[in-house]
Amino acid sequence: MLDYGLTEEQQMIRDLARKVSLEKVLPKRAEWDETGEFPWEALKAYAAADLCGLYIPEELGGMGQSEFNFCLATEEISRVCGGVGVTFAASALGSVPILLFGTDEQKKKYMPDIAAGKKLAAFGLTEANAGSDAAGMETTAKKDGDYYILNGTKQWITNGGEAETYSVIAISDKSKGPRGASAFILEKGMPGFTFGKKENKMGIRCSATRELVFQDCKVHKSQLLGKEGAGFIVAMKTLDMTRPGIGAQAVGIAQGALDEALKYARERVQFGKPISSIQAIQHILADMATQVEAARALVYACARMVDAGAKDITLPASQAKLFASDVAMKVTIDAIQVLGGYGYMKEYPVEKMARDAKITQIYEGTNQIQRNQIALSLIKELASSKK
Amino acid sequence: MDIIVCIKQVPDTTEVRINPETNTLIREGVPSIVNPFDENAVEAALQLKEKHGGKVTVITMGPPQAAEALKTTIAMGADEVVLVSDRAFAGSDTWATSYTLSQTIKKLGHYDLILCGKQAIDGDTAQVGPGIAEWLNIPQVTFVSKVEINGATAKVERMLEEVNEIVACPLPAVLTVVKQMNEPRLPSLKGMMRAKKAEVKMMNAAQIEGDPKNLGLNGSPTSVVRIFTPKAKGNGEILTGEPAEIVDKLLGKLKERKTI
Ligand SMILES: Cc1cc2nc3c(=O)[nH]c(=O)nc-3n(C[C@H](O)[C@H](O)[C@H](O)COP(=O)(O)OP(=O)(O)OC[C@H]3O[C@@H](n4cnc5c(N)ncnc54)[C@H](O)[C@@H]3O)c2cc1C
Ligand SMILES: Cc1cc2nc3c(=O)[nH]c(=O)nc-3n(C[C@H](O)[C@H](O)[C@H](O)COP(=O)(O)OP(=O)(O)OC[C@H]3O[C@@H](n4cnc5c(N)ncnc54)[C@H](O)[C@@H]3O)c2cc1C
Repeated sequence: MLDYGLTEEQQMIRDLARKVSLEKVLPKRAEWDETGEFPWEALKAYAAADLCGLYIPEELGGMGQSEFNFCLATEEISRVCGGVGVTFAASALGSVPILLFGTDEQKKKYMPDIAAGKKLAAFGLTEANAGSDAAGMETTAKKDGDYYILNGTKQWITNGGEAETYSVIAISDKSKGPRGASAFILEKGMPGFTFGKKENKMGIRCSATRELVFQDCKVHKSQLLGKEGAGFIVAMKTLDMTRPGIGAQAVGIAQGALDEALKYARERVQFGKPISSIQAIQHILADMATQVEAARALVYACARMVDAGAKDITLPASQAKLFASDVAMKVTIDAIQVLGGYGYMKEYPVEKMARDAKITQIYEGTNQIQRNQIALSLIKELASSKK
Repeated sequence: MDIIVCIKQVPDTTEVRINPETNTLIREGVPSIVNPFDENAVEAALQLKEKHGGKVTVITMGPPQAAEALKTTIAMGADEVVLVSDRAFAGSDTWATSYTLSQTIKKLGHYDLILCGKQAIDGDTAQVGPGIAEWLNIPQVTFVSKVEINGATAKVERMLEEVNEIVACPLPAVLTVVKQMNEPRLPSLKGMMRAKKAEVKMMNAAQIEGDPKNLGLNGSPTSVVRIFTPKAKGNGEILTGEPAEIVDKLLGKLKERKTI
């Protein structure tokens, strides 16, 4: 592994996240994958280890607002289970809107419990008819005195039903187009806010993916995040911040598959020798390791840029998410190949890793959308440098 | 309630190798851990503190590198740690070790309870905990799987081979705990950071005012003469058939061998 110059604290975070994952998640991951049981047990262990507030400032009960430290933990958790990894990371996705746009009051009300791991958060943007094209959303927030009345259904919301705190985007003024959306903080249990069906998924099966249903849900204006009309800005700035986390999840899944493939190749004997001595296998392993390291380097560099206070991280965040998730897909499929028929079986973990990897190419913006974004950023940069 | 936990740093393997010439453990190249039963003792202490308040002090007698083991317990939540270390302690058997620890405990001041692991996984004697109780002249309860504190008494459950025994015992007392007692907590990030900065209090033979005739190799009445791997027993034979038949066969065999 490259030397990334981790501080002593960062090494501690990495080692602790690994230790907790190996002790609390590894023995359960196959069962949770099979049953879809939500991994509360694991989340409680991460909470007890002080790992839930790595991206949250100390004054709000966190461990110091570090994107990099959050990525380190997400990577190590995902290395053992991608489903637990996304559950951990989606709480950040739901919290970042509050951290970026919340008032002091909102932050003090919601962040300490999330930092302590007592509560989870979730982020509701997607709808049945609004995926990549988020602007096509149909959930409305109609102003009524000091309140907004929400109606509509959000779809495929990670941590839906399990989280207590929800950052939700809805249309507050259709006539204003992209400036007509607003972001709100909702709490589980508010009248008019219920949960719809829980999805049965290909991978990350222990994570909860569920509908949020709003029927005349009355939300006080104090729950508005940022200004009225800032909904899409909240969403886009949030995703810029969290895409490196998806990159870290992808790197973790890929590293987990590489670990398994290496170990297996040294043990599996065919033609009278371990298959790790066959050059064809060595080359697969070499490519896997090189790709994982390149993805990690990109994710870490991007996370460090965030921590250094960079204003515009859209381009590197998209690149990190795109590259790492494509690497995760390729490396996990290669790991199955190294394990041969055993890799295809559920007794070994690599088929699950490949199923888990696939989602990283889809959520928080599909990889096609990332490429659109990257190209757009490049063209904009060139145009502005010519001025 | 003030609790003292005695821990030992041991090699991280159940397959300890032995140097046949010196009859001592080969420690080189084997990573060290906190004796697993002692982690249960630390966990029990932390749970009691959470319930009743007070302070958890963890002590160990060992070489300077045993400070690492003590720091592990700070990361779990221990308040203070003490390393009793001196060349004079080298070669201590269970007599000298329990004496040294009991002298240290006397110097530490007030305590309500002393917890030890049931035994150390390297020496497996299970004698140090009871030894400490004897030196301090306080009650001891071994193989503890549950404890409840009511004022100045402890209600303690002992896990014996066939039955569990519940006993009441006045405090202060020494309890040695089994692994069924609890699941030791993992360290936390804040705990690890505290551990990094934490000061390990050091005490030597002079500071504990140890009587030299009970310290180290010279103060140890026992010595290890030889360690060997016992020969594996031969394969047993399983007799089958109706009970009456089996008894006949068994009697025949025993008579054949002149056992009866
Ligand atoms: C398990 C899971 C968890 C999720 N969690 C959350 C969550 O917590 N919160 C949340 O808000 N959402 C969540 N989502 C939704 C996720 O972000 C969307 O699925 C994603 O944005 C893609 O939208 P879509 O599925 O509707 O695909 P579509 O937008 O219908 O896309 C279909 C295909 O068309 C391509 N495509 C679409 N538009 C373009 C274009 N302009 N250029 C090129 N190609 C294009 C896409 O790349 C894709 O290949 C989750 C989804 C899943 C599956
Ligand atoms: C779902 C399923 C159904 C099956 N059905 C049948 C069936 O009906 N009948 C039957 O007989 N078998 C069947 N098989 C077995 C299948 O044919 C074997 O899995 C396959 O031949 C590979 O063997 P292996 O899995 O032991 O992998 P291994 O031989 O252990 O290979 C592991 C890895 O090493 C590579 N490798 C091994 N040797 C070399 C080499 N010399 N040079 C380069 N690379 C090498 C392989 O390509 C692979 O990537 C089935 C397998 C599965 C998974």
